[in-house]
Amino acid sequence: MHVYVNGREQEIRACFLAELLTELGFQGDWLAIAINDEVITAVERESYKICESDRIEILSPMQGG
Amino acid sequence: MLSLYNQNISSRLLLGTAQYPSPAIIAEAVRNSGVEIITISLRRETAGGKQGERFQELIKTLNVHLLPNTAGCFSIKEAVITARLARDLFNTKWIKLEIIGNQDTLQPHVFALIEAAKILIDEGYEVFPYTTDDLIVAEKLIDAGCKVLMPWCAPIGSAKGIRDIDGLRSMRAYFPDIPLIVDAGIGRPSHAVAIMELGYDAILLNTAVAKAGNPIQMAKAFAQAINAGRLGFEAGMLEPRDVAVPSTPVIGRAVFS
Repeated sequence: MHVYVNGREQEIRACFLAELLTELGFQGDWLAIAINDEVITAVERESYKICESDRIEILSPMQGG
Repeated sequence: MLSLYNQNISSRLLLGTAQYPSPAIIAEAVRNSGVEIITISLRRETAGGKQGERFQELIKTLNVHLLPNTAGCFSIKEAVITARLARDLFNTKWIKLEIIGNQDTLQPHVFALIEAAKILIDEGYEVFPYTTDDLIVAEKLIDAGCKVLMPWCAPIGSAKGIRDIDGLRSMRAYFPDIPLIVDAGIGRPSHAVAIMELGYDAILLNTAVAKAGNPIQMAKAFAQAINAGRLGFEAGMLEPRDVAVPSTPVIGRAVFS
């Protein structure tokens, strides 16, 4: 399946968001995630089903002014 | 004592965390200046990356209030989604709402700002809007439910200090009961003193500290300047006069002929 992760098109095997994070090497409790502009909280990630062409934004805390 | 959305805050200096030479210097600047609120952002993580983890660890050790921002957002949609992500990650209702209207001036897009503030306040956020000193915009933000305003005094990162002192003075006079925090444009401690002498409640700084020769010392200098300006304002200052007035009594002066 093709999805867009942080703006980059990627081929993935995962069906659920938690699996996708493992597959792509995103690990940790410091991630904030939106799929197609909707926030997916940490507790929702195990059961959140990924769909073809989903736009997935994976963010983390950063310095800011 | 400063109160922001019913949270009592002792330090009137709020500090941004970007552009420092190292995370250790951010930490020392925060500790040495007594800062209680820092601003932070969200950016894309890289696969296998640990940037977020390292910064998360740093902010945990600082034991301060976190004020996530929506810096870099140019639309209502971007800002609202960023705010929701920040709330999910940082577990805070606070959001520094920043929507940029112009790439070159980094001027706040005040029309989008008002609309985004309405949406977020309806969702329970406590919004700190980065705005101008326009009084009508300020009124609309307050009508939307903002209980703090953050006007610029000059463009972000410009270090120019107060560009329109009359505008800032008017804003203070029109909104005596709303906490006003100047955000952006300050370059030197003397700028901070002048703003605090106008009766402003606090100052949010980043570049002036982060890009100083010695950021740790500069953070302390700003903290002291802000305290000095605030104390001066509270003490009641003389208005400037156009004529000289002797300080030593004239009556009783000896006359030598």
